[in-house]
Amino acid sequence: MSNQSDSAAGGARLLLSGNEAIARAGVDAQVALGAGYPGTPSTEILENFSDLGGPAQWSPNEKVALEVAIGAAYGGARVLMTTKHVGLNVAADPLFTVAYTGVAGALVIVVADDPGMASSQNEQDSRRYARAAGVPMFEPADSQEAYDMTLEALRRSQEWGLPVFLRVTTRVCHSKTIVTPHGRIDAPTPTHFERDIPGLVMIPAYARIAHKKLREQLAAISEWADTTEWNGLSGSGGPSLGVITSGIVYQHVRDAAPEADVLKLGFSYPVPEGKIRDFVTTHERCVVIEEGDPVLAEAIGAMGLTVESKSERYRFGELSVERIRRILDRDESPEPSMPKGKPPQLCVGCPHRKTFEILKELNCIVTGDIGCYTLGVLPPFQAMDTCVCMGASIGVGLGLRHVIPEDEARRVVSVIGDSTFVHSGVTGLIEMAYNRPRTGHLTIILDNGTTAMTGMQEHPGTGRRLNHDPAYQLVIEDVCRAVGIERTFVIDPVKAVDELKDRIAESLKSDALSVIIVRRPCILALAKIKKIDTANGEPKG
Amino acid sequence: MSNPNVTNVIVAGVGGQGVLKASDILGEAIFRRGFDVKKAEVHGMSQRGGSVKTDVRYGEKVYSPMVPIGECDYLVVLSADQVEINRPSLKAGGVLIAPDAVDENRLTNKRSLNVALLGVLSRHLDIPEADWREAIRVNLPEKIQAVNFEAFALGRNS
Ligand SMILES: Cc1ncc(C[n+]2csc(CCOP(=O)(O)OP(=O)(O)O)c2C)c(N)n1
Ligand code: SF4
Repeated sequence: MSNQSDSAAGGARLLLSGNEAIARAGVDAQVALGAGYPGTPSTEILENFSDLGGPAQWSPNEKVALEVAIGAAYGGARVLMTTKHVGLNVAADPLFTVAYTGVAGALVIVVADDPGMASSQNEQDSRRYARAAGVPMFEPADSQEAYDMTLEALRRSQEWGLPVFLRVTTRVCHSKTIVTPHGRIDAPTPTHFERDIPGLVMIPAYARIAHKKLREQLAAISEWADTTEWNGLSGSGGPSLGVITSGIVYQHVRDAAPEADVLKLGFSYPVPEGKIRDFVTTHERCVVIEEGDPVLAEAIGAMGLTVESKSERYRFGELSVERIRRILDRDESPEPSMPKGKPPQLCVGCPHRKTFEILKELNCIVTGDIGCYTLGVLPPFQAMDTCVCMGASIGVGLGLRHVIPEDEARRVVSVIGDSTFVHSGVTGLIEMAYNRPRTGHLTIILDNGTTAMTGMQEHPGTGRRLNHDPAYQLVIEDVCRAVGIERTFVIDPVKAVDELKDRIAESLKSDALSVIIVRRPCILALAKIKKIDTANGEPKG
Repeated sequence: MSNPNVTNVIVAGVGGQGVLKASDILGEAIFRRGFDVKKAEVHGMSQRGGSVKTDVRYGEKVYSPMVPIGECDYLVVLSADQVEINRPSLKAGGVLIAPDAVDENRLTNKRSLNVALLGVLSRHLDIPEADWREAIRVNLPEKIQAVNFEAFALGRNS
């Protein structure tokens, strides 16, 4: 636990990542609960928040995390919910409706996008969610802003009574820049649940009213967007070139075009229409430069203003100083490509390796999932045939089994990690028992005792909470049996490799519903797990 | 085109070599010296033995945390097979510090190659040795500090 008093004092200059800065702001705001599910590049926010003494938890998935956060914010608390961009899809259902109900306390949803997909399966642009759900959005451009805007978003959320987004990207999360924290802000008011049936129970009669109220609030907030200093002008380049931008892209723009006037949208939804109109009409050439989808360009176009936008190729990947120079130069020649680096691999001695060797040998059709084990798609294994989103392995496998010819169907295996299973595999397994394929099915759960991919986080199956304190341990084999799987086996892939191979082969032949839990700890997590168990006074098997 | 008031350093290698640690130490030393500094890196899949690269930029005022291609002043590479893929980052006349810049056999622990190469880099940068030492101290557990001070000295004096 590090030093809260140090933070309370403020003033000290620190070199922090964006994630560390958000965590520190959470502590300085005395946030009562931080809830989330791990996901690059957002994971370290709650880990740091916890290390600084903040009450943080991993939930089984993002939907549950957001629901818990909503409840706490209904109770008047200041709350942070963290997720990577795709996690917001999982949490989208509560998101759209909490925008209607609003909150009594403060609810800030930190959503971390990954343009360029350093570690993600897609590069969706979360700014679309602000518009779709009607949730105001801040976009910090460095760690100082990540700190300041977390505090501001908490303040605004409380004042407006609405959830607020803090949207960050990989380069904000994982870049270290200098931060001067201010120390503690005013203490939160005491928590309490105030009954408000029409406000909080979204039956159609009440929801119709709530939706209108939300839109009225957003209209008022759009006026605030025009007055807030978070939307500000920099540069004194004169009227020839103006750039409208937000987030990390602002930094690249300052380097690429020091001569330009820049309108930087720190508060990017609802957009500050007045400021944008003034800016566009006072600059001869006005270019919107944004990473990902042309979200701002579309919004400004819809205002009836004519601005230049990047060409289609810049929808893909991260922007950089070089790419922005090209956009401004209208240079459409092919971009130089950097030589490709070495791809990642499963560690030598990784417990996942054996399973993929066997699946390859048996020529299986593997519907895969997301985690370290997705690397089973690369040589030498090449033993994965599909990967869509977390939890999809089971449903996709079942769908295939339902329609393809029997000899092919019998080769279909769903492969999923332990953390992913808890996240969103359980419902797939219920489906497997309920809508059973004629040829049965086999699901393999790769239980390495951790959420390895994102840096060894705990989950319900490890029996430890985010801060590694002991908790109730979910027993995966009990879940399998409870939902109606006929045959559940637990096999160590190193000690019993022959048994593993035989079981897989035999399960594929039978018409039964089988789950094989391949259980052996991740070698990178092993030492850490041992140390924690010893500290908790309960060495496990 | 590049900004002459900003110094650009890249530290590159493969997962597990201590690239991120080296750039943390570098960032910290620069920070202690009083410059504006930004450090960019990518986590995640890159940790599983794949290529890893971090950018460190410093000066009076730094905007983008990423070093533009062809504008790197100092390229520190921890793994010989990563030199060529990173070379395009280097500006004309930039300094390459490759793993053979120190004699690995003279390292007490080969894992401190990252810090030894920082020692080599330190000869080029205007950062007092005390700041480097402090940066190493706050970034590494106590039991491996001595061996890393030694590695740093080996690089600095080679
Ligand atoms: C909805 C969603 N949330 C989070 C992530 C980030 N993520 C990718 S895989 C993974 C879990 C990996 O853990 P596990 O299934 O146990 O496999 P392991 O990496 O340990 O092999 C996470 C959290 C994601 N891709 N999608
Ligand atoms: S971190 Fe663990 S699970 Fe991931 S590849 Fe390495 S050993 Fe396997």
